[in-house]
Order: sequence, then structure tokens, then C-alpha cells
Amino acid sequence: MKLEEILPPARKREKMAPKPVELVIKPGGALRFNPRELWQYRELFYFFAWRDIKVRYKQTALGVVWAMFAPLVTVVIFTIFFNRVAHIKSPGIIPYAVFSYTGLLFWNFFAAAVSSTSGSLVANQGVITKIYFPRLIAPFSATIVNLADFVFAFVLYAALLLYYRVTPGLAGVVMLLPMLALTFFAATGMGLFFGALNVRYRDVRFVVPFLVSSLIYLTPVIYPVSLVPERYQWLLYLNPMTGVIQTMRAGTLHQGAIPWSMLLISVASTVCMLVLGLFYFLRQERSFADYI
Amino acid sequence: MTPIIEINGLSKAYVISHQREAAYGSLRDDIVNLLRRPFQPHITQGARRETVWALDDVSFDVQQGEILGIIGSNGSGKSTLLKILSRITDPTKGSAILRGRTTSLLEVGTGFHPELTGRENIFLNGAILGMGKKEVDQKFDTIVEFSGVSRYIDTPVKYYSSGMYVRLAFAVAAHLEPEILIIDEVLAVGDAEFQRSSLGKMNSVAREGRTVVFVSHNMQSVRDLCKTALQLDHGVIVNSGDATEVTDSYLGTTESRHRTPLNERRDREGSGRLTFSEIVVNDTNLDLRELSIDLSIHNHTSEVFDDVLVSVVIEDNTGRSITNIVGQNIGYAQKVGLTESRLRISIANMHLVPGTYYLNVFLSSDTMNSEIFDWVKHAAQIVIPEYDYHGTGRLPIMKGATFYSDFKFEDVSSLA
Repeated sequence: MKLEEILPPARKREKMAPKPVELVIKPGGALRFNPRELWQYRELFYFFAWRDIKVRYKQTALGVVWAMFAPLVTVVIFTIFFNRVAHIKSPGIIPYAVFSYTGLLFWNFFAAAVSSTSGSLVANQGVITKIYFPRLIAPFSATIVNLADFVFAFVLYAALLLYYRVTPGLAGVVMLLPMLALTFFAATGMGLFFGALNVRYRDVRFVVPFLVSSLIYLTPVIYPVSLVPERYQWLLYLNPMTGVIQTMRAGTLHQGAIPWSMLLISVASTVCMLVLGLFYFLRQERSFADYI
Repeated sequence: MTPIIEINGLSKAYVISHQREAAYGSLRDDIVNLLRRPFQPHITQGARRETVWALDDVSFDVQQGEILGIIGSNGSGKSTLLKILSRITDPTKGSAILRGRTTSLLEVGTGFHPELTGRENIFLNGAILGMGKKEVDQKFDTIVEFSGVSRYIDTPVKYYSSGMYVRLAFAVAAHLEPEILIIDEVLAVGDAEFQRSSLGKMNSVAREGRTVVFVSHNMQSVRDLCKTALQLDHGVIVNSGDATEVTDSYLGTTESRHRTPLNERRDREGSGRLTFSEIVVNDTNLDLRELSIDLSIHNHTSEVFDDVLVSVVIEDNTGRSITNIVGQNIGYAQKVGLTESRLRISIANMHLVPGTYYLNVFLSSDTMNSEIFDWVKHAAQIVIPEYDYHGTGRLPIMKGATFYSDFKFEDVSSLA
């Protein structure tokens, strides 16, 4: 018998027996928020998102074309009804189609992300009742498929700008990612709250679509902010999407300066929503499997 | 030696509200209550709430390399214990310490998506069970080989037969390498051949020094797999020790009574002059080949009934009636006195296959224009576990069947 079989080198032994893991299960007290654990589960996050994207476009003949088709039709309808019939004008020389699509692009991402995050726990019910994982993974990974749709809708946006010969402003390009992030956090903030509520009260399933489709009228997607008297405009900015859309219009379509102070209102309200949503979600997290 | 699993006073309470369709309520109910009684603890109206201790002060240790079987009838707290150890639900009191990487398998194929191919599902399921992509990559070929579905690995699993599906799912699970493995009756699936290979696989897992906690209804596999076992009943450990002894005593002592009061039931039909007030199901032995049912009948009138027709219909979980037990069929009429009457029905030679069955109870007058007094559907439930019907030491293959029969096979070729 070789010597190393009897006496394995110390270093090798160390490698074979990693630091003992000790897990203590006890009644949960305060909020359980463990960023390190979330990081350990990043692969699950990735696989959930990957699954959603795969499943989304399986068995569809046109696949991703749908992600562009729907917003295109919407903007055509908007142009016909709100611009031609109702005479809502875009400020300046920007064509109404480009004006409204700038809003619609972000709004669609927001609306889709709110509804997929709030439905994510119930959608993953089968896994939640059988396996432990940090539940936050479910709502966050659910938005990735919406992000994919956003990318395709963005391609259409680029095509529209090209078609109408609008050269996007540099500020718009710079602000694109921060505004996307703001949209993402606003949507997940709302989605986390409704998602956790949905576990206990299935009423939420009916409330969310209704809420999202009504909220578009409180967001300057089809109309410019200037339609609202100036001293009430700040109220509109409590809706984070107003900040996002106005910033993108100012930056990309050269419609005045970016409304920084107003944007701050939107950022503040997003932070509030996110903290509230996260707080409620983490409070409820431990009992999801008992109620779902 | 420090035990690898240490459980101290673990308890779990569930608050059950009666007369509610489901555990999740409607937001409206809770808001209305909150407005009505803003300063009182939140009690949903129209519902009696009751705390049930699904697990009550359970403590035990598991040593490294031990394979522990947990047995007990339905509602004994097995599943709750499993859920707590898997971190799906939190305990109400007590603690559990797991010293090692833990994987729990409460079902095979958790998270399998029908639209995804076998290959894709292996990766997805692997990730859900805590295997990294790298690890799955390494084991991919052995997983596919073990599953025996390599020809269809790029076909969406919705086109798989249920057998193939289970094989693939189990193949992924079998290649996990945790230090502690917590398993629910995932072995109660698949055909006999596959069950044998899974059992073999699990035995080899145990030989590698892993610790296994195995929850099962199936006494045979507990005996085959485990050295030690513990029995839970109503959330308490009632027996523990050598697996063969614990399962033997379990099989011997499962003459249990399930008492269900029926007064509270509103979903009943009939005039209500006579009603069933209680049903008690006595299982005389584990396989429920013999069964007796005690029925209490309450007389709400001031008259005495001489010939009342009592019948019980046993229905399977698809709603198909399996057998009718009607007093009239054997010329029995029940007398119902002024207050409460009690009746015992004994049934012999039941050969039902494992599954859940429901008892519908029916009470009427035995006259031409018969009056239905009371009719309660699903008054009680009986669960028939898997068992070794033929006494051969293995579980019979009864897929798709309705009842067992006694049979013998003979080679008669020499007679011709």
C-alpha cells in the first residue's frame, strides 16, 4: 500500500472536508434578509429566468416578432385616436408616434414587470411548497423575461427614430440605463408587495391588471405633462414612470432640459415603494408555503 | 460524537379556520373585519378558529451515516416534520440543527416544465435541487444513462410517458451528493423494476456515509432501507428504535379510530328529521381489509322510526362509487328511538387498492314514497396505504387497478 493512501497530505484532506456547514432551523424572529445567501442562489435565479424566456417563445411561429408587433400596433392606435381624432399634440416638432412610443416603451416594461412579479410566487407554487430557496429569487427572475421584451421593443424604437429621422440626444443615451433601472425598481417594489399579498388573498389577481391598465392614464404616455397645470405637475411625478418618461423625452427627443428636481420626486417615491414592498415581502416570506 | 442532525422540542401549530373553502381568504373579509373591530385581534367572521399542533415537542438526534425511517399514519406530523427540516415552513417552537449540506426531496421532478426538453429540465431541476451548472455538466451523461431515456432527451417532457418522466426526474435526484438527504415517499412511483434500481441507488448512497431521513408509508421499504425508525402519532414520537421492531409494532397497533362529528356539516341534503351526528371509522388492521363503521343517528322529532334505511357508498377520488353497503340488501332495518341511536356496520373482504376513498352516508325511510332524511357526501375519508397484499415481501403492481384479488398460478402444461 502506498504511503499517501494511508496518510493523505494535509492540504488534500483540507480540500476534501470543507468547512462544516451548520444550519439552525428555528422560529423566525425578525426579517430574514441575507444578501450572501441570495448570491449563493444566483444560478437558480439565472435558471428561472432562462426557463421563462425559453417557455415564452416555444411553440410560437413568429417568436420574438411578437415582442415588437404588440407595441407597434399600440402606437399606431394611439396615433390614430389620440393624435388624429382627439388632437393631442406632442410638444415641438417631434412626430406623435415617436413621442408616445418613448413613453410606451418604458410603460410596457413597467406594466409587464408589475404583473409578472406579482404573479411570480403563485406561478412558482409547485417549487415553493417543495423546495427551499430565498423567495426573492422568484419575483426578481420573473422580470428578466420582460427585460428581454424591452430589448426587442427597443429595436423597434431605434427603427422608429431612424424612420422619422430623429437624432437622439446624448443625454438620452446616457440616461437610458439609469431610467431602465428606475423602472425596474419601481415595478419590483410594487410587484413584491402585490406578489406577497397575492399568496394570502387571491383578489390581487384581479386588482393588479385593473390597476396597471388604469395607471397608464396617470402617466404621461399618451399626453404631454404640459397638459396638466404647472403647479400640479409635481403630483404626477409621484408616479415614478412620469420621471422616467419625461427624462427620456427630454434627453432623447430634445424636449427641453431634464427635469432634475422633478426626477428626484420620482426617485424618492420609487425608493419608498421598493422599501415598502421589500419589507412586506420579507415579513410574509416565511409563511408563503403555509398559505399558498 | 456530535449528532449530524439535532432536533430539540420542535413544534408547529397551524391555525385552522372552519367553514372556509381554502386557507387563503378574501381580502374583503379581512378588511370588513378590520373596520368592524379595529382594536380587537383579527378574527375572520363566520369561522371558528382552532389551533392544531401538527408537531408537538419532538426531539431526536440522527448520527452521521444513519438512515432513519419516519413512519406514522396520515396526519401524524410526518410531512410537517419534513417541511420544517426542508425549510419550507418555519417551526413555531424549538429548533433543528443540521450539520452538513442538506438536500430534501419532497417529490421527484420539482420544477419540471412540460414545455422544456429532457435536457433542459435536467439543468433546471438540478439548479432547483442545489446542483450548480458545472456539477450537472459533469454528471449529465451518467444522469441520462441512469434514466434510460437518452433517445428522447431533446423532446419536450410533455410528450413523455409518466414512467419516462419519473425516471428522468429520479435520475437527477439520485445524482445529488449532499451530506444529509431528506426524502419523502418519492419511491412510491415508477414500476417495480425502477423502484428496485432506485432503492439500490439509495442503499449505495447510504454506504457512502451519507445521512438519510426517509419518510414513508411503505413499511417494506422502511425495513429494507433503514436501520432505525421512529413513529409519529398526532405530532408526538410514540416509538423509536430498530426499524424492524418499530414497523412491526406499527403494523400491529394501527387499529385506530377516526372520529368525525357531522353535526357541523351544512352541505347535506334531506328533510333533516333524522340526521347523522357522528361517523367513526375503525380500521381493524393497516391494510383495511376489514373495516367497521360506527354511525350515530340523531332524532330531531318526537316520534320513533321503526324501519330506517341506512346506506354507505364508498367512492374513490374520481367520484366513482366502488361499493354500496345498504342495510336493505341484507334485510336490515334500523330502529331509531327518541334521541340518539347507534349502529355498527362491519365490512369484511375489502380488497381496495391503495388510495383515498370517501364514505357517503344516506338515511331514508323504507317506504314507497321514501323520504330522504339525511345525505352527507364525503362524511369520512379512508386512506389505504400501499401494502404487501400477497404476503410475498414485495409490493404488488396494481397500476390502474381497482381491487386486489386472491389468485394462484399453476403450470399445467404437463396435464395436456
